[in-house]
Amino acid sequence: MFDEMTVGGQVRPPYAPVAAWLDETGLPLLDLRAKEAEALFRRVGITFAVYGEGGDPERLIPFDLVPRVIGAAEWAQLAAGIEQRARALNAFLYDVYHRREILRAGRVPSRLVTSNPAFLPEMIGFDPPGRVYSHVVGIDLVRTAEDHFAVLEDNCRTPSGVSYMLENREIMMRLFPDLFAEGRVRPVDGYPNDLRRTLEEVAPPACRQDPEVAVLTPGPFNSAYYEHSYLADLMGAALVEARDLFVRDGRVWRRTTRGPRVVDVIYRRIDDDFLDPLVFRPDSMLGVPGLMNAYLSGGVTICSAPGAGVADDKAIYTYVPEMIDFYLGEKPILANVPTWKCSDPDDLAHVLAHLPELVVKEVDGSGGYGMLVGPRATKQEVDAYRKRVEADPEGFIAQPTLDLSTAPTLVGGEIEGRHVDLRPYCLVGKEIRLTPGGLTRVALRKGSLVVNSSQGGGVKDTWVLSEDAR
Amino acid sequence: MRLRLFPTTFDTQLVSRWRVSVNGEAVHPNLTDGCAVPEGVWSGDGPTEMLEIVAEGDVERSDDAGVVRGLKERTPTELFLRPTDLTTTNEAIRGLAEGARRPDRLDTLHTLAAAVRDAVDYRPETTDMATSAAEALAQKAGVCQDHAHVFCAAARHLGLPARYVAGYYLPGEDAGLSQTHGWAEGYAEGLGWVGFDVANRTCPTRDHVRVAIGLDASRAALISGAVAAPATGSSEERMTASVAISSQQQQ
Repeated sequence: MFDEMTVGGQVRPPYAPVAAWLDETGLPLLDLRAKEAEALFRRVGITFAVYGEGGDPERLIPFDLVPRVIGAAEWAQLAAGIEQRARALNAFLYDVYHRREILRAGRVPSRLVTSNPAFLPEMIGFDPPGRVYSHVVGIDLVRTAEDHFAVLEDNCRTPSGVSYMLENREIMMRLFPDLFAEGRVRPVDGYPNDLRRTLEEVAPPACRQDPEVAVLTPGPFNSAYYEHSYLADLMGAALVEARDLFVRDGRVWRRTTRGPRVVDVIYRRIDDDFLDPLVFRPDSMLGVPGLMNAYLSGGVTICSAPGAGVADDKAIYTYVPEMIDFYLGEKPILANVPTWKCSDPDDLAHVLAHLPELVVKEVDGSGGYGMLVGPRATKQEVDAYRKRVEADPEGFIAQPTLDLSTAPTLVGGEIEGRHVDLRPYCLVGKEIRLTPGGLTRVALRKGSLVVNSSQGGGVKDTWVLSEDAR
Repeated sequence: MRLRLFPTTFDTQLVSRWRVSVNGEAVHPNLTDGCAVPEGVWSGDGPTEMLEIVAEGDVERSDDAGVVRGLKERTPTELFLRPTDLTTTNEAIRGLAEGARRPDRLDTLHTLAAAVRDAVDYRPETTDMATSAAEALAQKAGVCQDHAHVFCAAARHLGLPARYVAGYYLPGEDAGLSQTHGWAEGYAEGLGWVGFDVANRTCPTRDHVRVAIGLDASRAALISGAVAAPATGSSEERMTASVAISSQQQQ
């Protein structure tokens, strides 16, 4: 097991400032500060809805004080890999909705795309502004060794959690201003401005002045509502629900107390199904009637593009290295985790024979729900899961149980290693913008590998160093 | 309101004049989808008592034995292997499909069309817009929409792309009024898309005007609308449709 702070009793250079800070501060003071941090979070009201576990559903997502550190050189490598992946995923989306070259070449099975519910026939032949489909690509990374990061999954639709990246840093700067005084930690607070610029860059052809941006939320009952309002606020954009919008003369308008105002770019945080009842869900009152027509005729831009989800399906994931080769002619900088596709009979046989050792996921699942972590499951759980896989092999993929890195974490008044992952947010407009850092999620239960906040995970401030110590 | 009331011209269907209006206001298509189906939108101001949607024009049809050629489609045919809520298969549909399997694809489609019609009696008002293929087959009765849905579901099970067509139909003199009508198209490699009017046991003829297509009837709807709920009280919607077609023989 690789611990990011200490290897062979030696502190790794990127963690030197954190190690020194932990020593100087001492555990009792850290514990006190941790309580202050929790009070601060409660006051701003950041909560995260957790389903299916009982207790308070609007639970506070636990914040761990000990920063997770990535060295400058490490980040340079990660950033190149993330940007490469974001470009390839967008190229793939353009291709599958146009000439389908990668499918014709047999590099990705055609069936995986065309029969995928996330593939929207309405998007065929349409050119979104800038040819961008996924404007915020969230790439989940894990580290398994000093020199090895791997991509666990891609999120091309509306990855959430970026508000924690911003809030975690803000809280740390309030509690420990001295830590940041030397300027060794690269700032993350440029994200909202970068997001705004990205959205403005993909304004629709009908937009003739400074683009008006709106954040479209399902409303206060959504678990990420706080994030929606927070981002709208920081970007200076309107926060709207579908009922605040209407379509007239090919444009989208927002109802305001001073009359209708045009909306050029919609950063939507709702699913495709709920965009437009005239196209997707005739039974639904949700959505904006006529929105798709306005979008497809160039009157508004929807970010991410409808149908972008076909690129982040867990079965498509295994082909991302192919995409990088096919569209960019490059070698993947970031590795995939080896994945068995249960749709393949040989893979299925292997998976069924090794269930207790594997992590098995639903191809269209997310949030850590509905997965099997073989080594941590009871025999009954494994057997029940086996029946599900046998009944619908195409619905599942499996991966080896990864030996995730651990990072120092304050647990019960002591510093202990806990498993972590990393989700950076890559913005794609006319250019690619990547905030140095991201969201580090930490599995707070000892030995647990599931970092999802819905499954008892916490978060950490993530530091990217501006330069490595010599 | 989303209107897909615009028939297109292809090899055997020439639309020489066509006009769509809502309460007298002309609506023009502003988009054409990947299956060459045009659409336009119309939205109203404030509360509405009645909307009158009129689509009228002249269409010249020549006989093509149901083979649709000359459409500028960009949608891959295999997309139409995808099941939908209304066309999900069950054991009965799969059984029906397997019974129609023949070495030749076109032969299979013809056999299947006849088998579906034999299995589902034409009985109006036994089903509605939301009846699935499986439900219609189970009750052995339905209307043209149900026939087309069962056909699509079964053809897809056999690996043959199939889709729903919404349009107009001029029945023979002894057969009552003209009507909006639904049929299906199946894809036969080498030949292309071939229409099957399962309800009428025929391939589309000069009496069929092809308007919109989709994976099922809900996705091929000629008119779909959404009504904003009023601030107080409730709203009700009802739609009635009438079709008048007259035929003129060319010399």
